[in-house]
Amino acid sequence: MNLDARIPSGPLAEKWTKAKFELKLVNPANKRKYNVIVVGSGLAGGAAAATLAELGYNVACFCYQDSPRRAHSIAAQGGINAAKNYQNDGDSVFRLFYDTIKGGDFRAREANVYRLAEVSVDIIDQCAAMGVPFAREYGGTLANRSFGGAQVSRTFYARGQTGQQLLIGVYQALERQIAAGKVKMFNRTEMLDLVTVDGRAAGIVTRDLVTGKIESHSAHAVVLATGGYGNTFFLSTNAMGCNVTATYRAHKRGAAFANPCYTQIHPTCIPVSGDYQSKLTLMSESLRNDGRVWVPKRREDVDKATRDPSSIPEDDRDYYLERKYPSFGNLSPRDIASRAAKEACDDGRGVGPGGRGVYLDFRDAIKRDGEAKIAEKYGNLFEMYERITGENPYKVPMRIYPAVHYTMGGLWVDYHLQSNIPGLFVLGEANFSDHGANRLGASALMQGLADGYFIISYTLGNYLAGVAAASRVATDHAEFRKAEAEVKGRIDRLLTVGAKGSRTVDSFHKELGSILWEHCGMARNREGLQKALDLIPALRERFWADVKVLGERETLNQSLEKAGRVADFLEFGELLCLDALEREESCGGHFRTEYQVEGEAKRDDEKFTHVAAWEYQGEGKKPIRHVEPLTFENVKLATRSYK
Amino acid sequence: MSDLNLTLHIWRQAGPDKPGAMKTYKVTGVSQHASFLEMLDILNEQLQARGEEPVAFDHDCREGICGMCSLVVNGRPHGPQRGTTVCQLHMRSFKDGDQIWIEPWRAAAFPVLRDLCVDRSAFDSIIAAGGYVTANVGSAPDANAILVPKTDADRSFEAAACIGCGACVAACPNSSAMLFTAAKLAHLHNLPQGQPERLKRTKAMVEAMDEAGFGNCTNHYECEAACPKNISRDTMAQMYRDYAKAMIAGRGEKKVSEGAG
Repeated sequence: MNLDARIPSGPLAEKWTKAKFELKLVNPANKRKYNVIVVGSGLAGGAAAATLAELGYNVACFCYQDSPRRAHSIAAQGGINAAKNYQNDGDSVFRLFYDTIKGGDFRAREANVYRLAEVSVDIIDQCAAMGVPFAREYGGTLANRSFGGAQVSRTFYARGQTGQQLLIGVYQALERQIAAGKVKMFNRTEMLDLVTVDGRAAGIVTRDLVTGKIESHSAHAVVLATGGYGNTFFLSTNAMGCNVTATYRAHKRGAAFANPCYTQIHPTCIPVSGDYQSKLTLMSESLRNDGRVWVPKRREDVDKATRDPSSIPEDDRDYYLERKYPSFGNLSPRDIASRAAKEACDDGRGVGPGGRGVYLDFRDAIKRDGEAKIAEKYGNLFEMYERITGENPYKVPMRIYPAVHYTMGGLWVDYHLQSNIPGLFVLGEANFSDHGANRLGASALMQGLADGYFIISYTLGNYLAGVAAASRVATDHAEFRKAEAEVKGRIDRLLTVGAKGSRTVDSFHKELGSILWEHCGMARNREGLQKALDLIPALRERFWADVKVLGERETLNQSLEKAGRVADFLEFGELLCLDALEREESCGGHFRTEYQVEGEAKRDDEKFTHVAAWEYQGEGKKPIRHVEPLTFENVKLATRSYK
Repeated sequence: MSDLNLTLHIWRQAGPDKPGAMKTYKVTGVSQHASFLEMLDILNEQLQARGEEPVAFDHDCREGICGMCSLVVNGRPHGPQRGTTVCQLHMRSFKDGDQIWIEPWRAAAFPVLRDLCVDRSAFDSIIAAGGYVTANVGSAPDANAILVPKTDADRSFEAAACIGCGACVAACPNSSAMLFTAAKLAHLHNLPQGQPERLKRTKAMVEAMDEAGFGNCTNHYECEAACPKNISRDTMAQMYRDYAKAMIAGRGEKKVSEGAG
């Protein structure tokens, strides 16, 4: 398998400039002769579709929701990082690069991360020009706040709805191109397979979610921007529809899947309240700017603390993040804050039902700044918390617990964001490229927009410049016919089994989720992972024998949609555990209990300073683990310390 | 808190051209901490266990921001709680033994696709008509070169908080999309970036709104009351003023060829 990352030579800070000059161009008059498929309409996909259309390419964009404006980027709350140094507090492109590499526990590519930091400044300019209503100071300049894993204020925001505002900016740019006839939008349409012809990406097979119609679409290149796979765990902060199907089907067609075990468990989510729970809600990391995390020092105080947190005097509270990590305190990176919460709860000091919760307390901030100031910063988040829990966080501290949030792993891509299949590009959370083993807060939005607005426009042009416009494969090609037949066969199988089956799709999904959370969640070990690797195939077998899927093929059928996605989760979950098993070290979000020093992750740089890229081998066969070595020329590999 | 047993009356419709009707279901053992949509999940599990097809309804983020959920609960879009999407409505707002009526958005411009799902692409067409700033990627000046007074930025943000759910249309006796359209205009027109295209945008979006089949405003302001994001009707006043200006200004508009030179 070719895993050449195509990183330009030369000094780190000049690589992207050099690449941009060396990348081939398609002349303006020829761009209209090329067709590009973009799957996904979030920050990465929507931005790519709009930008490629602005340049003159013909774009077809697909999303499973009823409008591109609903992509899950919309739910990102806290902000977007950029190395603007508007605060004069010592930020720079290099510092953002360094923080991101370190935050990712030295498991990302230097060149990709540096480019991300470099274009971050352009993103803010572009978004402001498009009318994104960022928070402002009274003088009219942009406001910033801090986020985890950084000691500078470089996060731009729009209250607690930054993702929404950035996505609306993308959506508006996209609608402009739809009106101009340069983007054809396919709403309520799901990609169910990738088609390759002669080793190149040639198109996709989709299902119209309203009519059930299976259709083929061909193009000169395919761009996947379909988000992460957090929903493999059933409970996560992802939207209900988020799924792994597009990337996993591409994987089955030959695309390498990189580092699937790198999953991010976000420390500040509203705890699970019952078995009916369908998803978990994030409370933005930005809250940790002002909220203090604590549990009682003594186990015997837990009941009292749960009934009335204010009854626990200051001296009996354990502000464990401030205690363990004095220099970053409550703003320690997500993986570290999550594990610390788990440890406190495992130690029997967790609060609330089942003892799976810790307090995020605004008492001191309200005393210091007044309720009005806190409301201005976090009002909508406090309201959301109250709506969900029925408790008023101005009076009673929030109760939070970690939950699956983001996935750093994804399809393997090179510096051009191209997978190992020529013509298949992967952007945003769907690829693996920039966050290593842990993503810092406010960096997902940055990556989505960097990929979509500023990188794909150059690298895709370079690819298309080498492809003849006349070479587009027609959808009556045998490979399209074959893929369509396979997609239809799979749907038939689901409905045939489904008509007689006895267990609902959700019940299988919940069972898969609990296996993964138990054995491949915040802490993992060999024994547990091996157990999961026994349990998942058995569950998958039961799924295909006994799943209940009612309704018909050619209508809007939400059970059928879900069944297809869960079938893929049931295969992908195994890959996730396998990767976790074979990475015999702890790094970032991947914590193996066998590899730790004093409770902190212990990397094995000698054996594991590499990307693991898995190659699919066919049903029931073990995939092959390939390796792309990571080299660090500009930073020294160090043990991450936030103490 | 004890669990709830409820009687639900739900609109069932097999497809866009099929007839629909209200059907009655019992749902049992619903926790008061569950969300309204989780209550429907429980119903759907119970229906499937009996071999009945689950109720189709739109939803995605379930945190009140994507705008996909769209249920009329007891006659009110998004249900009884003000400023709350139905996905954020929790069952503690209901009592054991309650009867609940659940219907889709009702508007000619939002045809029903199945059960409680409707087609809202008419909203996209309003945005496509002009709800953007023409600023191609790569053309932007430094972000701090555009100063925006904080009060303007805040006003813009408050209008931009619209999630495009369509509750305003569903609540309006005329199925008007004025609040939706006005919110987008207010988002852009309270910012300097929105000024160059201001009148052209207003005219185009108002026309697109009419063309999509939305009704007119007769000042009931049910839209504002139903809006889960509390978008203010003041945005509409701004839209009327700009529309009037656009109509006057439009009379003098001339087409100039771009091909000169």
